[in-house]
Amino acid sequence: MTTEIKFGGFGGQGVILAGIIIGRAASILDHKYATLTQSFGPEARGGACSAQVIISDDKILYPYVTRPEILVAMSQEACNKFLPEAADDATVIIEEDLVKPRGVKPGMSVFAIPATRFAEELGPKMILNIVMVGFFTAVTKLVSHKSVRETVKGSVPLGTETMNLMAFDRGYEYGQALV
Amino acid sequence: MKADPKGVLTGAHFLDGDHACCEGALAAGCRFAAGYPITPSTEVVERIAARFPSVGGIFIQMEDELASSIALQGAVWGGAKAMTVTSGPGFSLMMEHIGYAAMVETPCVFVDVQRSGPSTGLPTLPAQADMMQARWGSHGDYEVIALCPNSPQECFDLTIKAFNLAEVYRVPVMMMMDECVGHMTEKVVIPKASEIHVEPRRYTTAKPEDYLPFKAEKNSAPPMVRAGDGYRFHVTGLTHDERGYPVTNAEVQDRCVRRLVDKIRANARQIIMLEESDTSDADIVVVSYGITSRVAVKAIQQAREDGYKVGHLRLVTAWPFPEKRLRTLASHVKAFIMPELNLGQMYFEMQRCVEGRAATYLLPHAGGSVHDPELIYQKIAYAARHMRVKEGKEKEAAK
Repeated sequence: MTTEIKFGGFGGQGVILAGIIIGRAASILDHKYATLTQSFGPEARGGACSAQVIISDDKILYPYVTRPEILVAMSQEACNKFLPEAADDATVIIEEDLVKPRGVKPGMSVFAIPATRFAEELGPKMILNIVMVGFFTAVTKLVSHKSVRETVKGSVPLGTETMNLMAFDRGYEYGQALV
Repeated sequence: MKADPKGVLTGAHFLDGDHACCEGALAAGCRFAAGYPITPSTEVVERIAARFPSVGGIFIQMEDELASSIALQGAVWGGAKAMTVTSGPGFSLMMEHIGYAAMVETPCVFVDVQRSGPSTGLPTLPAQADMMQARWGSHGDYEVIALCPNSPQECFDLTIKAFNLAEVYRVPVMMMMDECVGHMTEKVVIPKASEIHVEPRRYTTAKPEDYLPFKAEKNSAPPMVRAGDGYRFHVTGLTHDERGYPVTNAEVQDRCVRRLVDKIRANARQIIMLEESDTSDADIVVVSYGITSRVAVKAIQQAREDGYKVGHLRLVTAWPFPEKRLRTLASHVKAFIMPELNLGQMYFEMQRCVEGRAATYLLPHAGGSVHDPELIYQKIAYAARHMRVKEGKEKEAAK
């Protein structure tokens, strides 16, 4: 099985790190194949940024995401831009205070979380990406909870592990309650 | 010789190709790098700048690519293993010193993370359009070795290989990466230092009074000396004799340049690395390299499922070119297809080797992305159709 995922948001939200954590957890700890590519074009320098991750049981040959089956949108701009290219039955994960999805197709499942508010309750706003990673893990079940949690611990700056794990748990629990 | 554990980050990592290339250099024993950062190779030098000092190595951000490409050669002659890293426009500036490295036989590595050109082109997007430049970019007759990784894992593995080949043959070895492979993040497994083979520099055992710095065994590179060990030697880009002194005549020119070329041509079989699948019964063979070789496999898998007798020849080593293998394949293969991220470079080399004994098809791409596998599939179908039409005509004529 192969799953194409797109993480989109604006610079500074930790969009790329969110993609890296999912890809790392899948390939290093879940022993699947994962390929991450980033957009380095001029659009990546204007604030919008995205990470594309492919997770597969087989070797990944074509490196780019063409039709995301999971879209994680952390900004309105990212949602507007990437929703039209998502699969008809895509799972759409949004930061509900920042994104109002437009053009959701009937077959899509939308999961919303106030990640920024949760992040602010736990510490700095910047950990919202880890809240999203926890939420992603619960909602998609694509990568194991244990692997992602472990990867979060090893991927964040030293000294911030506890806070980030709380952010992860908060997102995960919120997602668990929805599915 | 085994790798120095100090430089080996043993374990499973999630790295991009650029970072993996830096780790490969460290594992290979590279302790000096000079460079002028340029997209999409910047991440290689960023990591070098962070990592080299921690293992006693040196990184210098030079004023430009000309300076980088000669500073690294100073380091090599001083005893270090060294490399430089660049992309298209910077690679163009390095051509003069690549010729120098070939002429004075500096064992060194040039990393070119290819982006689309000409000129500044598309800095953030991939191409494979420096392939001929890597081979022919400097003036005069010479040979180089060029390797084409198609994943971050191979950026690590082949960088080690590049350093090892550089030591054995004393040539500049090119790591021909591309933006896609350089910026792609995947799992990279770095083995234990004790499992990594590192080719040590070959030093002379001759007495200082008997030592001739450019005297080599047939089809091989001469041993070097350690700076400061009391040997006299002279290094020049001018045509030189075995003592290293300039000589201005046709006889020495012939001897000097022929050896530079023969040490690679005569050892091509040992140097060339290929990956081949399903070529023994194939009517059609797709020949590819670098990132294109991954995309091609997707098309080939589909074509085989649909009944096409198609095989794959992947050039891990682009230079020297696998002439013999292609000639052998051309004795039974009816068509060769080459997709590449340029408008025709290695294709013509392939065509030359096939010598008209099979049909050859170029699938060009000006760069900025990679081939849609569907286009490669369509070319396979097209080649098969033409093959059948030709066979039909031949049967008709035979009647």
